Formats: sequence, C-alpha cells, structure tokens
Amino acid sequence: MLSYIVRRLVYMIPTLFVISIVAFFVVQLAPGDFLTKYKLNERISQETLQNIAKHLGLEKPCEPLEWQWSGCAERYWRWLRGILFSSESTDPATGQQWQVWSINTQFPFVHWNPDFGFSFETNQPVSTLFWERLPLTLLVTIPTFLFAWLISLPLGIYAATRQYSLGDTVFTILGFAGLSIPNFFLALVLMYWLVVSLTPTLCGWGWQFFCPGNPGASVGGLFVQEHMGGSPWPWDWSLRKWLDYLWHLWPAVLVIGGSSIAGLMRIMRGQMLDILGSQYIMTARAKGLSERVVIYKHALRNALNVMISIFGQSLPGLIGGALITAIVLNFPTVERLFYDALRAYDDYLVQTLLMFFAILLLLGNLLADILLAWVDPRIRYD
Amino acid sequence: MTERPVSQGQLIWRRFRRHKLGTLGGIVIVLLTMLTLFAHFISPYDYATQHRRFAFAPPTKIHFFDKDGRLSWPFVYGLSRERDPRGRWIYRENTDQVYHIKFFVKGDPYRLFWLIPTDIHLFGTGERDPNSPGQIFLFGTDDVGRDLFSRTLIGGWVSLSIGPLALAISLTLAIFFGGISGYFGGGWDNLIQRMIEVLNSFPGLPLLLALAAILPPGLPPAISFLLIIMILSILGWGGTARALRGLFLVLREQEFALAAKAMGASNARIIFKHLLPNTLSYIIVSATLGIPGLILAEASLSFLGFGIRDPMTSWGQLLNQFTDSTITNLTYHPWLMIPGFFIIIAVLAFNFMGDALRDATDPFSVQGR
Repeated sequence: MLSYIVRRLVYMIPTLFVISIVAFFVVQLAPGDFLTKYKLNERISQETLQNIAKHLGLEKPCEPLEWQWSGCAERYWRWLRGILFSSESTDPATGQQWQVWSINTQFPFVHWNPDFGFSFETNQPVSTLFWERLPLTLLVTIPTFLFAWLISLPLGIYAATRQYSLGDTVFTILGFAGLSIPNFFLALVLMYWLVVSLTPTLCGWGWQFFCPGNPGASVGGLFVQEHMGGSPWPWDWSLRKWLDYLWHLWPAVLVIGGSSIAGLMRIMRGQMLDILGSQYIMTARAKGLSERVVIYKHALRNALNVMISIFGQSLPGLIGGALITAIVLNFPTVERLFYDALRAYDDYLVQTLLMFFAILLLLGNLLADILLAWVDPRIRYD
Repeated sequence: MTERPVSQGQLIWRRFRRHKLGTLGGIVIVLLTMLTLFAHFISPYDYATQHRRFAFAPPTKIHFFDKDGRLSWPFVYGLSRERDPRGRWIYRENTDQVYHIKFFVKGDPYRLFWLIPTDIHLFGTGERDPNSPGQIFLFGTDDVGRDLFSRTLIGGWVSLSIGPLALAISLTLAIFFGGISGYFGGGWDNLIQRMIEVLNSFPGLPLLLALAAILPPGLPPAISFLLIIMILSILGWGGTARALRGLFLVLREQEFALAAKAMGASNARIIFKHLLPNTLSYIIVSATLGIPGLILAEASLSFLGFGIRDPMTSWGQLLNQFTDSTITNLTYHPWLMIPGFFIIIAVLAFNFMGDALRDATDPFSVQGR
C-alpha cells in the first residue's frame, strides 16, 4: 500500500508539470501583460519599467495568439524556479525583497515556503495572499463537506429502502430542483429572505444579536468588521466571533452543500437499489436476518464503494460550486481571491490558483483510490 | 384486424409519452423556444430602449377594476416618481392618468426573425415616448430603465441557443476523437486518451473562468458569443468521447461490423453507416442531459461578468447586477431576480426531458410499464 501511494505521488510530478505549463499558457493567452497597465501610469518611471521587465523576463514577447514565443520559456522558467527553489519574493518594481510569508505561521509543523510570484494588484507576494486565505477556505469547505455527506447518505438509503414511496418521490423532486437551481441564484434568494424577512423578524422578537449593528444583522461576508482581523484559527476565537462565524456560515453550507446533496443522494439511492436487488441480499433475507442487518451489514457496505470514489472526486467539485457562492456571499476565501485576480488580470495569482485547483483534483482522486483500497479488501494495488 | 409493425422510433416515442414529467419538460421547452423566437414581437419594447426617467421602476401593476371598482378593460396608471429622504426614487401610480392596454400596437422598430422589418408589438400602452408616464414594465426595469421583461425574452435567445450550439461542436469533437480512439485503437487511442486526461485534470469552472477572462472586453458581441461557445465545447467533449470510445470498442467487434469489413466496406463507411447509428440513442440522451449543464455554465459565466457582456444579454447576464451592491439590489430591487427563475425552469425542463429520453431509449426497459 505504501509503495502504491509513493508510486502515485511520483506519477503526479509529470502531471503537475504539464498542469503548470497549461496554467501558464492560459494566462499568457490574454493579450498584453501587466506592464501595459504600468506603462499607462505616468507616475512610474522608465527605469522602474525596465527593472520590472528585466526581473520577470519580459524583454522578449510571449503572445501565443500572435505566434510570438521567444519570451515564453524564460518567463515560465522564472516562475517555476521561484516555486521550486526560492523562499523570497521580489517586488519587481522596487527590487524590494519580501520574505515570503512562511507557511509555518499559518500551518504549524509544515516547513515549505515557495515563491509563487508577485501579485501586482495588491503589491504582495502571491504566497502571502494564498496562505492568508486558505484557513478561512477550509473553515467554509469542511463544514459544507460534512453537511452534504451526513445528509445525503442517510437520505439515499431511506429513499432506496422505500422506493416509490411518498418520501422517495419528494426527495427525488427536491433532488432535481437542487440540480437545476444555479448556486448563485439560490444564494441570492436565500440572502433576500434573510435581509427582507428573517433578521427583521428576529430583531422584532427582541433578539439583540439580529438587530442592526450586531453580527446577526449583517448578511454576506464571513465576519462583521470587528472580527475581520485576528487569528484565522477557530481555537483563538471569542464566543461572539464564533457566533458571528456560524451565523454567516450557514447560508453557504446550505447553498453549496444543498447542490451536492441532490446529486449524491441520487447516486447513493441508485447504488443501494442495485445491491438490494442482488441475490446475496435475497439469501440474507431467506436466512431470516433482520432487515437492519441486511441493509446496514450486507447492502450498505457494498453500496459505499462507489460513494467513496465519488468522495475523492467531489473535493474539487465543492471548490467549483463554492466559487460562485463565495463570490455572491462575499467570503474572503481562495475562490474569491481567484475571481478578483481574474478581474484584474493578476497573472501570477491566476496561474498559482489554477495550479492549486488542479492539485486539489489530483489529491482528491488519490484519496479516493487509497480509501477504496482500505475499505474494500478485494481491491489490491500491489 | 392486423397490427402494424412498430418501428424503434415509435417505440421510443411511446415510452417517452408515458413519462409525464418528461413530456411536461418537452412542452415547456417548446413554449420557451416560441417565447424566444417571437421575443421581439411579444416584448413591448426594444431590449435596449432606456427609459431614463424610470430607472429601477418596480413591475407595473395591471388593473382590471377602475377607481370606482367597476370592471374595466385592463389598464395601467401613469407612473410618477419622487425622491425618498435617502435620495432613492420612489415610484407611485398616478390614478388620474389611465392608459389602456392595447394589442398589436406600434412601438420600437425591430426585425421579426431578424429578417422582416416591422414595429408591431403584441401589447403595450401605445405611448411612443420612452419617458411618457404610461409605461408597462411587467418585470420592472434595470439601472438605466430598460424593460426587464423585454430583456428577459431576448436574453432567452442566448441562454437557450448556447446549449445546443456548444453541444453540436463538442459532440462533433467527441464523435471524431472517440471514434478514432475506439475504432482504430493503438497509438492514436493512447494519444487521445492522454489528451482527455490532461483536460480532465483541471477543475471545470476555474479553467472556464480563466479562459473566458482572456476575451478582451471590447470584442463585438457576436464574436464573444461564438468564442464562449467554443470555450464551452472545447472543455466539454472529453467525457462523451470516452464513453463513445467504449461503445466503438464493443461495436467494432460485433458480427455486423466484421461482416461489413469482410465485404470490403471502407473504414469511413463502417464508422458512419454501421457503428455510429448504433450509438445514436446514447448521443441523443447525453446531448439532452448535457444541455442543462451548459445553460448553467453560461449563466454562471455571464453572472460573474466573464460571459455575455452588456449590449448583448442573457439570463445570467441580467443577474450580473447582483455581483455589485448585492444587498442594496436585493432589498430595494428584488424584481431583478426574475430572470433567474427562467434559468431554473429551462434547466428543470431539460433535465426532465433527458431523464425521460434515457428511460425511453433504454432497450432493456420493460414494455408496458
């Protein structure tokens, strides 16, 4: 098993290499570069422009759409070199060295601080921005993930064991509705209800938390102003900040989780139905085993196999779904960072985040395979 | 009485008809398509007409009873506005001005089906001045006073056409690459499969956004519309190609394919005449089930401002106003959300129809169920 994991991780290296090239070229496809923007700014001197160009390898053009490739290799290499070897980021305009915000301050016990390049929009190293956002991203993603799975699996089992019953039909229709409503629209509708109806009512009942000026009255964002700074880790928070967080979190959990529940429940139901129809289930029933044992010991264990491979694959899907929701709800997560970077053509930031999303997908697939081998004794990778 | 033999197509049709939600979905799709095709005629205004004096006007109420409570021909009251203490425009009905709703009225000129120039609209108040108080905004207006109802109907053109168009391209790619991969195998198969793997190693939405963000904002609307279709289809063909490859792998070994080969049929003939028709039901079903995903993808792109851009419009683009000052818009202009319901209805309809088609084309499904 260990050798399998190691092998898979080694295979990942060429894949990551290809992915980094694709991410790089997707960004380079955009006409011009950030220097174009700098050139329009009269306050930036010629010398600075030359400095930037020299530092980033911009002297030669890299415009794949115009078939000018001469500078591409150089730029790509500089970016890659930073990730692999450097731990300092240089502001290309001033030549100022930035110590890349070490990952250690964010994630204890991890010692790795690569330089992913420099964000021109925010004048900060990309890695600083990224590590800053990651904890909050996890604080949104993990609860959503748990919510979606803890709800959809029991619902799927329920629907399968009572096929064509009223409950099954209701969940089927709800599932279809969940798949058909765009995430961002569901978020908008939910926010509308919160702003217009729920919080004023709760405030009217005398709950101070929901009255204007308190965390409960604000919709969108992850925290109110007073809680925005400070440690991103939940164990450092005060009770009030916790309440603030939970209150802002649940719409997102409902929207992002809700859309995955619909799909997961359908698959779980289908799997259970397939297995409940097989002969060994009939045997189990003929032996006189109780329905509970038949369902949970015989059927469920086999139905879960497919769910486990989906579990890994849904990891990046969750980021995709969270992307738009995080933007609508104005969450300070990695997804929001990606959106802002795209809007500002912030090259290095876009490249790096594309890489991040792809890595997440690879890891998700790996995780699924490992879990599957661990749960199902019939699967051997050696 | 002799029973006429039934073709496979008729069988599928019968089974499809039995699926009630699927049939309903089909009807809704036809209705939406009609609404969109006749959009210029049905909408009372041109989608770009700006009623500058009626920015953010709420949906107009249509009255059937006059001031004294007597039944009357449907009419609207004149619209007047004043500022509230916070400087927002408040719209009021002026009950002294009555505008009856007229059918087949002259209004903004347009070309029916983009061909026949005319200015007859299905309904309206007959007021030609965009700032006249007698306006009919069924869904309200947006920030520059454009009628949301007209824009929603026109927006359907993009939202509904983008799915089939992108699918046509991505299916062509999928049939081409999947066919080669499955039929010939060997080196080409290997190469194509690696290509699909690289394509699939990127999560869909972020890559889609990144590619769409490349498009310069100044492009002519038609060009950017085509480019977005290209991007959607280029990212979408991988999965179908894989499935088709599998089908081709099985089919090429079957007796009829071997027989055709033995009789000296060319590869092209075997692929297009013998193998492809056998995959048709799969293609149709995957197409119908693929459309909702494409509609949603376009809606998301345009909503975020990377897809269809302003002079052109689509249901997602109409919701784009919510990306900035979300709370203000939700609180004071909730009618701007209406186009979103069209997305849901269209996607639901396609989902139901695809589901019914899948059941109907499945040859193993039990007859008479």
